[in-house]
Amino acid sequence: MTDIKIPFTRRKLLKMMLAAPVAASGVLGTSTAFGKPATSVINTTGLAVTDDTVKCGILHSLTGTMAISETGSVEAETLAIEQINAMGGILGRKIEIILEDGASDWPTFAERARKLLRQDNVASIMGCWTSASRKAVLPVLERQNGLLYYPTFYEGLEQSPNVIYTGQEATQQILASLDWLWNEKGIRTFYLVGSDYIWPRTSMKIARIHIEQVLGGQVVGEDYAPLGHTSFGSLINRIRLRRPDAIFAAVVGGSNVAFFRQLNSAGLNGKTQTLLSLATTEDEVLGIGGENVEGFFSSMKYFQSLDNENNIAFVKAFKERWGDDSVIGDVTQAAYLGPWLWKEACERAGSFDVAKVTAASPGIQLTTAPEGFVEVHPNHHLWSKTRIGERRRDGQADVVWESDLIEPNPFPEGYQ
Amino acid sequence: MAIAAMQGFAGLSFFSVLLLMALGLAIIFGQMRVINMAHGEFMVIGAYTTYMLSVQASAMAPWASEYYILLAIPAAFLTAFIAGMVIEVVMIRHLYHRPLDTLLATWGLALIMQQGFRTFFGAREVSPSTPSWLEGSWRPTDMIDIPLNGMAIMLLTLLVTLGVVWLMYRSRWGLRVRATMASRDMSMAVGINTRWVDRLTFALGCGLAGIAGAAFTMISSTGPTSGTLYIVDTFLVVVFGGAGSITGTVVSAFLIAQGQSILEFFLGSSMAKVTTLLVIIGILMLRPEGLFKSKVRR
Repeated sequence: MTDIKIPFTRRKLLKMMLAAPVAASGVLGTSTAFGKPATSVINTTGLAVTDDTVKCGILHSLTGTMAISETGSVEAETLAIEQINAMGGILGRKIEIILEDGASDWPTFAERARKLLRQDNVASIMGCWTSASRKAVLPVLERQNGLLYYPTFYEGLEQSPNVIYTGQEATQQILASLDWLWNEKGIRTFYLVGSDYIWPRTSMKIARIHIEQVLGGQVVGEDYAPLGHTSFGSLINRIRLRRPDAIFAAVVGGSNVAFFRQLNSAGLNGKTQTLLSLATTEDEVLGIGGENVEGFFSSMKYFQSLDNENNIAFVKAFKERWGDDSVIGDVTQAAYLGPWLWKEACERAGSFDVAKVTAASPGIQLTTAPEGFVEVHPNHHLWSKTRIGERRRDGQADVVWESDLIEPNPFPEGYQ
Repeated sequence: MAIAAMQGFAGLSFFSVLLLMALGLAIIFGQMRVINMAHGEFMVIGAYTTYMLSVQASAMAPWASEYYILLAIPAAFLTAFIAGMVIEVVMIRHLYHRPLDTLLATWGLALIMQQGFRTFFGAREVSPSTPSWLEGSWRPTDMIDIPLNGMAIMLLTLLVTLGVVWLMYRSRWGLRVRATMASRDMSMAVGINTRWVDRLTFALGCGLAGIAGAAFTMISSTGPTSGTLYIVDTFLVVVFGGAGSITGTVVSAFLIAQGQSILEFFLGSSMAKVTTLLVIIGILMLRPEGLFKSKVRR
């Protein structure tokens, strides 16, 4: 980006407006004489775009039971935005972050989203973590025509024109990992455990159908604990009573710590019990303690230990920005993709207008993603690989299996 | 059979957790009639004290990280005790005759304390390292696993409960407390410094909350708003047991814990919670003063 600031006079504006029809028919594109497109051209819907800046909201739980999981996303999104700004921003505009706290409370998410879209007129929002928060924000997004980049692996069954889903949908994460347990580990009986809200419930529904109808295995129990639940003694006894070959877990947030510590102290650990978790990323393990999850499996598209160039650079930059002790989980990486995908889409569209940005999104390929190659599917989800990681005592994971690129399929037939 | 034994233990372990949480409030709310909405935050003070000691221990003397917990419990008590005393002097003592204002004021205090934790410790939940001798389980037979940290908390609860009972019912100081709560004017007339009785009683309740916090952070984790998770259960136990009765608190903690954990075993966690709450509401409608009525005339 050029550093020379040229005042935006009325005459120039007039010239540009005259030039616009010419530009549209010609080869000039939307660029003006001084190297970046005019605000009036790239923003026709009243977004907070000036000649130098564009506003972007970050909406996560900074407080409450979800903060343990969402803090990493905030850090990754901030890092990506800072890196983009250092490269000159998007369409010559530096991104200005407006940070809002959803406070682990779904109505608060909706209210903060409304504030971001109506008062701040942000051009996009990076945010939400739990499905419940996304569901709360969705009607606001659709009414105000906002744009959300949503980083979390989630249950699928959704495809909004106003959302780009940078995490995996359920079938990408669940089907591949169940097949792996079945084929590689010889697991025949499953016990499904989750926190009591939409993502675990829908995921387990898909898992149950896949286990019972596709694989021909048996689900010997299915249990949900309220969010924030901390005494898992009885639930663990139920599991022991049924003696499943594997525990298939989707416990989230602070409850995770209590769940794994109590599993461990009840004698169920990586040596005595196969457990595959859909929700323990490196972020959670930091709170749980590596010794409590050692030998358990996680199914994710990303692990911090991935050995490729992009990831090594990403991990280094992340640690430089947020401290040597910080860890990077699956969602953190997916959150990091959000601003980059937005940048690509805006540049393809030559505009910040939400309709044009979403129209330009399908087909975008990122070769710089830490997880490897990703591509935006017309259904607004990403093509991605699924990996199985075995936890080590230090909280990192050894990747023991990796799939091919899996097509996102948010509305899987026969699984609803 | 083995499952029944472990299930029994799960209930007992939940019982000791509930009782430990409720003891401090049984004194503050039960004896002093102060509705302390910030009680959960005093637990969090204890939890963060433990966490800080854990961090310090592993940084300065790695060998100490096996034993710091023995120091952490008295430290948690002391920190919360001092914090409680400060709060009493600054705020609570002005509100003894205005119970509803206390409710609002302590709720505000809770919010201030939460924000303080957030600013100082960050939003991320933390948990101290577990000493290896508290990890894992005791296996009397091949089938039975009794969690060691659960046993440690039971032992701690037992000691704290005995201590509180002795202090309230067997010591001179307890006598003064009970006299003050029964008849303030008469106590002042016989020369009891009721100011100090109030102050120490409130601080003691807060200190007990600190111990509870130190214990919980070993089984789950601690964040700035963890206190709000505990406060409802805590009040539930004290109100259900009958305010003013330590026996009531013990019995009610036992019933709620066993009831909920048995229901959890058969119905799953969410339904168990709903059923327990419904039963408690039902019983409180029949016995508004709780299980054990206070025998003091007011």
